[in-house]
Amino acid sequence: MSRLDIHKTYKLYIGGKFPRTESGRYYAVKNKQGSLIANMCLASRKDFRNAVVIARKAQTSWGNASALNKGQILYRIAEMLESRKEQFIAELITQGEEAAKAKNEVDLAIDRLVYYAGWSDKYQQIFSAVNPVASSHFNFSNLEPVGVVAIVAPEEQSLLGLISMIAPAIVGGNSIIVLASESKPLTAISFAEVLNSSDVPAGVVNILTGKRAELTSQMASHMDVNTIVYCGKDAAVIKNINELASNNLKRTIFYKKNDWTSEESQSPYFIEKMQEVKTTWHPTEI
Amino acid sequence: MFPNLNNLPVYDTTGVNERVKRFCSRSIKKSSKVEGLKLAMSMIDLTTLEGKDTKGKVEQLCYKAMHPHDVLKDIPKVAAVCVYPSYVGVAKKALKGSNIQVASVATAFPSGQSNLEVKLNDTKFAVDQGADEIDMVISRGAFLAGDYQFVFDEIASIKEACGKAHLKVILETGELDTLDNVRKASEIAMYAGADFIKTSTGKIQPAATMQVTYVMLDAIKDFYLKTGKMIGMKPAGGISNSKLALQYLVMLNEVLGEKWMNKNYFRFGASSLLNDVLMQLVKAETGLYQSPNYFSKD
Amino acid sequence: MFKSSWTYHEAPESTDHIQIKEQYELYINGAFTKPVEGKYFDTINPSNNQKIASIAEASKKDVDKAVKAAKKAFKGWAALSGKERGKYIFRIARLIQERAREFAVIESLDGGKPIRESRDIDIPLAANHFFYYAGWADKLAYAFPNRKVKPVGVAGQIIPWNFPLLMAAWKLAPALATGNTVVLKPAETTPLTALKLAEIIHDSGLPKGVVNIVTGAGATGAEIVNHPEVDKIAFTGSTGVGKYIQNAIAGTHKKVTLELGGKGANIIFEDAAIDQAVEGIINAIFFNQGHVCCAGSRLFVQESVANVVIQKLKDRMETLIVGDPLDKNTDIGAINSKKQLQTIENYIKIGLNEGGEIYQPNCNLPKKGNWCAPTLFLNVSQSHRIVQEEIFGPVLAIQTFRTIDEVIEKANNTPYGLSAGVWTQTGSKIFHLTQKLNAGVIWANTFNKFDATSPFGGYKESGFGREGGLHGLSSYVTFD
Repeated sequence: MSRLDIHKTYKLYIGGKFPRTESGRYYAVKNKQGSLIANMCLASRKDFRNAVVIARKAQTSWGNASALNKGQILYRIAEMLESRKEQFIAELITQGEEAAKAKNEVDLAIDRLVYYAGWSDKYQQIFSAVNPVASSHFNFSNLEPVGVVAIVAPEEQSLLGLISMIAPAIVGGNSIIVLASESKPLTAISFAEVLNSSDVPAGVVNILTGKRAELTSQMASHMDVNTIVYCGKDAAVIKNINELASNNLKRTIFYKKNDWTSEESQSPYFIEKMQEVKTTWHPTEI
Repeated sequence: MFPNLNNLPVYDTTGVNERVKRFCSRSIKKSSKVEGLKLAMSMIDLTTLEGKDTKGKVEQLCYKAMHPHDVLKDIPKVAAVCVYPSYVGVAKKALKGSNIQVASVATAFPSGQSNLEVKLNDTKFAVDQGADEIDMVISRGAFLAGDYQFVFDEIASIKEACGKAHLKVILETGELDTLDNVRKASEIAMYAGADFIKTSTGKIQPAATMQVTYVMLDAIKDFYLKTGKMIGMKPAGGISNSKLALQYLVMLNEVLGEKWMNKNYFRFGASSLLNDVLMQLVKAETGLYQSPNYFSKD
Repeated sequence: MFKSSWTYHEAPESTDHIQIKEQYELYINGAFTKPVEGKYFDTINPSNNQKIASIAEASKKDVDKAVKAAKKAFKGWAALSGKERGKYIFRIARLIQERAREFAVIESLDGGKPIRESRDIDIPLAANHFFYYAGWADKLAYAFPNRKVKPVGVAGQIIPWNFPLLMAAWKLAPALATGNTVVLKPAETTPLTALKLAEIIHDSGLPKGVVNIVTGAGATGAEIVNHPEVDKIAFTGSTGVGKYIQNAIAGTHKKVTLELGGKGANIIFEDAAIDQAVEGIINAIFFNQGHVCCAGSRLFVQESVANVVIQKLKDRMETLIVGDPLDKNTDIGAINSKKQLQTIENYIKIGLNEGGEIYQPNCNLPKKGNWCAPTLFLNVSQSHRIVQEEIFGPVLAIQTFRTIDEVIEKANNTPYGLSAGVWTQTGSKIFHLTQKLNAGVIWANTFNKFDATSPFGGYKESGFGREGGLHGLSSYVTFD
């Protein structure tokens, strides 16, 4: 008699822990044939709000971590993902991906983490400036993380899309709350397990599963979120996000693309968009 | 009492430059200009400090001090004539009855590189000759080497040797390197008994600047707030035109104000300033821009 | 105690060479154009509340004409080589320099700021901005490595009343250098220098329609914001209007940059160069009558030096001269408008009602016009409204602090994040503070300094985007 499989329970990832949603709700993810893949937590607005509080707390020390340290942690995430590659390929296939594409997506996802790990101690040098002011002052502009970023991750390419959003956000010192692909959320929670074993400080990355329709407006209107990133094309949603964001002049970023495999899907400009420019002056005469 | 030099205010040069620029941007016109010019004139220590000075030169200078420009009515005399100790007697005699003070540099002026005995004798000689005011130099070498007690003691000794004569202490700010040092030297001089603090000998560049004068005025203000004692200020060297003199007065006016706006508490150490002030006063009276040809040299 | 009787005779800047017409029209498509609905409003001299000139009020139709003209001009202007675009901008810079004094006088007449500031700061900086961005026009590829840069299109630019010409320069120069065309609206209380700038733009030979200047109040601004063919909004003004704009353009393709309000913290440590710090406080809050979005309007003084600093501050305030903006000795000019004066006076009342201890020096305020004495509020705390809200006037709220962590926390305890100042002679403390303070511009041992090469802009509710410097280019470009 063959052995019965043990199914994994997928939960949320908040503050370095894997809690169930406070609401107790779930939604079922099914495959093309209609059979159940998993019951996912249907995160509530309160889950999101809790995550914001935790992310805000975590951001201070993460923002102060050295570039070297952040780079090494991103590289560590890549290592951990590489070591669990097969699991992720299998999960993508379960979620409906073709085998070859699934393998390619995981490869690219790992490489993307390595790519941004490398940018950690370099983007500042690309985007900073010493400004030759006309008065007797030394003046420089450098980037600082914008703070807490809420991300609605791409619906397709659920792993690669997710990582394409997480990596540039956190390498820049932000803490984030990500809403995973609604229809393909499994890999996001498995990726949380990777994060949790990669020295990423608790609360820096928080991953929710649930309904875009329910959570997006909450993400856009929350007064302690500095930036919202929305991956998708729905014009009504984009309009709504901008309207709600105006409550606290939240920065809004929209990515309408579907394909995250191309070269253009990664660049230091993805990091820069989630940064503020700070300019500092000091007199030079003695 | 030796001052506590550990908690002195510090200065930021860019900031001081900006502040000075604000003073210089004041536009002094018409009645306030005439008033200012006359005030400046009354504050001048008309100076000759040359190796080639002679009795004749000093006498001519003294006559000029008493008769700056007799055509102009209602103008003040200068505050003092400043000479080397060897001509104090000459000046004293020439200025007799004029109310103009005789000031003398002393203490191995301008370098101050001698021993205390020589400096004391130098001072006593000038005082004996009738000097009303002594302009001493501090030992910049000792100051820069950090021997502040030495500098303090020397000033205190000279003060004693001055007797009734007023003591102006020359910091020679052009050799002190930083504004913070200027403040420190001001502090030492004031606590050691200076009646005036003075920027420069005129023999070193830069001589007086508005920046160092500003720092010294700030020191005087703090000293006054702490002790209630008013110390005078004398910028010297390089103040050769009316506009600059007025800018110094604006600074004095806005930092120390009324009580310091007289010759008892502020002097200009200068030689060519006098004629420029006179030219401006004549212009104000006649409306005609003047030529130096109409103003006597000494 | 240090007051003096030697007062300065009036020294008014000459106005003989200044020509102001009785009536100004809109500048649309390279021509001075009467407004379609024929309406005009008065621009007032705030130092005596007398009318200076009639100004055309642009209606929806006028704005539409201007946007259409800009749209039509866009293709040719964007296609022009960067080198040639740059040369036009250099010309504008030079023309401003040539007519600098005229502009300074008009700026002070129309806006109430002291001539010392308009002459030494506003106008030279405006010219510098054009010079700086002119040079970028043919070098944009170096500003954005590995990307292909394109202009955005038609930029709608809305200018505040506190630095009328300078803010126009901040917006026009980078927009033109990157190949955009512009519809610019000056503030209704200070339209004159922008209209004079239209003359310069005309003289420079800039192709018609590249810059269009439409005058009017908030309604005219709203027409620009809501015009479907405007591709980019650049706004400087209040946070309230900034929020309105972000909301209004939601769902459109429009890019936006916002320079909004602030409540800058100015922090004095016990080891600061106290005297320069006091001067810094003066510059931080009384520059331009406090009509400065980055004003250091919250002062934090370390308790151990609070008495000294406040005494020195009061002494310094005694020497400030409030009065005729055109007098070269004036330190603080007229409040920009009656309305703004009411706002400020209301906040002073609120401060008093909240129990703040007020200090104002003895100064003779002129009888006519809009005036406010420089004002301190002592013994206030974070929860006072005058500490939290932007007053936009010469009113400083003073708090004391004890430790570094405490002051960082309080300084950041605001929805704003535009500017901050730190005064200490300890290098490591400077860098600690400048890193921890959440603000776009940090002045260490100085305050209220501006330069064409230096990016300016805020965190949080102080807006987004930068103006000035390399970073100021990004607001006006898109990428393939």
